[in-house]
Amino acid sequence: MAILETQGLTYTYSRGTPFEKTAVDHVDLKIEEGSLIGVMGHTGSGKSTLIQHFNGLLQPTSGKVILDGRDIWADKKKIRDVRFQVGLVFQYPEYQIFEETVYKDIAFGPKNMGLSEAEIKRRVLETANDIGLREELLERSPFELSGGQKRRVAIAGVMAMEPRVLILDEPTAGLDPAGRDKILSHIKTYHERTKNTVMIVSHSMEDIAGFADKILVMSHAKLFCFDDTEKVFSRAEEISEIGLDVPQITKVFLDLKRQGLDFGKDVYTVGYARDLLLKQLAARRGE
Amino acid sequence: MLRDITIGQYFPGDSIIHRLDPRFKIVITVIYICMLFVGSSFWCLLVGAVFTFMAMLLSKIPLKMFWKSVKPILPFLIITALLNLFLVNTGEVLFQWKFLKITEGGVNISLFMLVRITLLIMGSSILTYTTSPITLTDAIERLLSPLKKLNFPVHELAMMMSIALRFIPTLIEETDKIMSAQKARGAEIDTGSFMTRTKNMVSILVPLFISSFRRADELATAMECRCYNGGEGRTRLRQLRSAPRDYTALGVTLVFLAAAIAVSIITKTR
Repeated sequence: MAILETQGLTYTYSRGTPFEKTAVDHVDLKIEEGSLIGVMGHTGSGKSTLIQHFNGLLQPTSGKVILDGRDIWADKKKIRDVRFQVGLVFQYPEYQIFEETVYKDIAFGPKNMGLSEAEIKRRVLETANDIGLREELLERSPFELSGGQKRRVAIAGVMAMEPRVLILDEPTAGLDPAGRDKILSHIKTYHERTKNTVMIVSHSMEDIAGFADKILVMSHAKLFCFDDTEKVFSRAEEISEIGLDVPQITKVFLDLKRQGLDFGKDVYTVGYARDLLLKQLAARRGE
Repeated sequence: MLRDITIGQYFPGDSIIHRLDPRFKIVITVIYICMLFVGSSFWCLLVGAVFTFMAMLLSKIPLKMFWKSVKPILPFLIITALLNLFLVNTGEVLFQWKFLKITEGGVNISLFMLVRITLLIMGSSILTYTTSPITLTDAIERLLSPLKKLNFPVHELAMMMSIALRFIPTLIEETDKIMSAQKARGAEIDTGSFMTRTKNMVSILVPLFISSFRRADELATAMECRCYNGGEGRTRLRQLRSAPRDYTALGVTLVFLAAAIAVSIITKTR
């Protein structure tokens, strides 16, 4: 069953002024429980606006957001419960840290949920472990930590609420390649442990390609496509046309195809490319 | 919510008021304030009102925006009007209930003050609506430049003002972002009891303070990298030049001021 669904979701900024702009235009989506989804789109394509609807931070101008079969705006007083079920990690989340210790900051969300001390402690320790924060860091001030560590503290703060859907807006922006890989693998660990739905917004196809089951592409406020990863990358040329970068390895194979060397498959991870090439080579040797 | 604040908001445009020299606009605004305060009869305010509406129409800014500028001070206006209404006891008594007494003088004064303050706000918002904050501080710097002889740090003051103005939208945006992030973690900011709301303010103020300091630090470094060392010998990108229309506007304003003074003398002697 779909955990999250949108029907004709439309959002217009600054309605009734000269600055009026439609950021999300009639988007219909169905997101399956437990899936790992990559969200892509160029700057200003409406992807950040779209995800802020999923936890009720923005109210649609028209259309519906349905969580677990229930319209989230049916009862405005319950919107806070929606935020506990759909966790949203913003861009550069380290700027939202404010507590004296790492432990307290991660515990802020669970505390707002009204959980017991024991339950809060379990969640903080588990998420800290998932995200790779050593236990002795928990009593340190978050402001003494490195940039990458701060980022992980902030992400843990949302993960600790154990939302059924976790959405991360560019979790790897501004990190070095090592930090990027670390965060992505920690998010994967969390996904495997909790089996909760995870959505990652990213500019980088490279990040998403080897990671997500499904990819959602936004372009000019509209849903460009939402499909299985392979199917989306089989449209690599169209995706380049709307201003998004396809993984480098896909580019290499597209070039090979143009030069007459067609492997008949769409390639978007290096590992898969290696296997494919080795198989082809073995087949040729056998001939 | 925070985006609705209109104080100091600038509406780009190309009306005659927009094109006036900002120095003249500041001087005109000062004269305009004198115009409103010179007399004590409704006829004087009428002169001011005509001037205000003329300027509003010439600025081509939607009249709705002027209502928006008055809205935040509405409670203040109402309290002033009510105090005047009940506390001024001159002239014929119109209404009496126990110790509350409304007199003709009270009604007059409270209405007079209401109109005067509304005109004051509307008129001065024409200045901020039609002049970008940067040109405004430029103009203030030029108008205050004689004070430099008294070792008054005019340039530094103007620079601080333009930096402060420049960062208002940035800070509003930043506050919005932090608020959303904390709301996403279940902080009650718009809802909940007064106590929880106050407690949750900490979760917004701490990150906001930290980022303001960081920004200030970054800005200082960036300015130093571009060899900024104060006002000494600095030339300007935009030179302020007065045109005939500026003198015409100043002349018209002075005529209105004279009219207001004349009206106040006539109404007084009668």
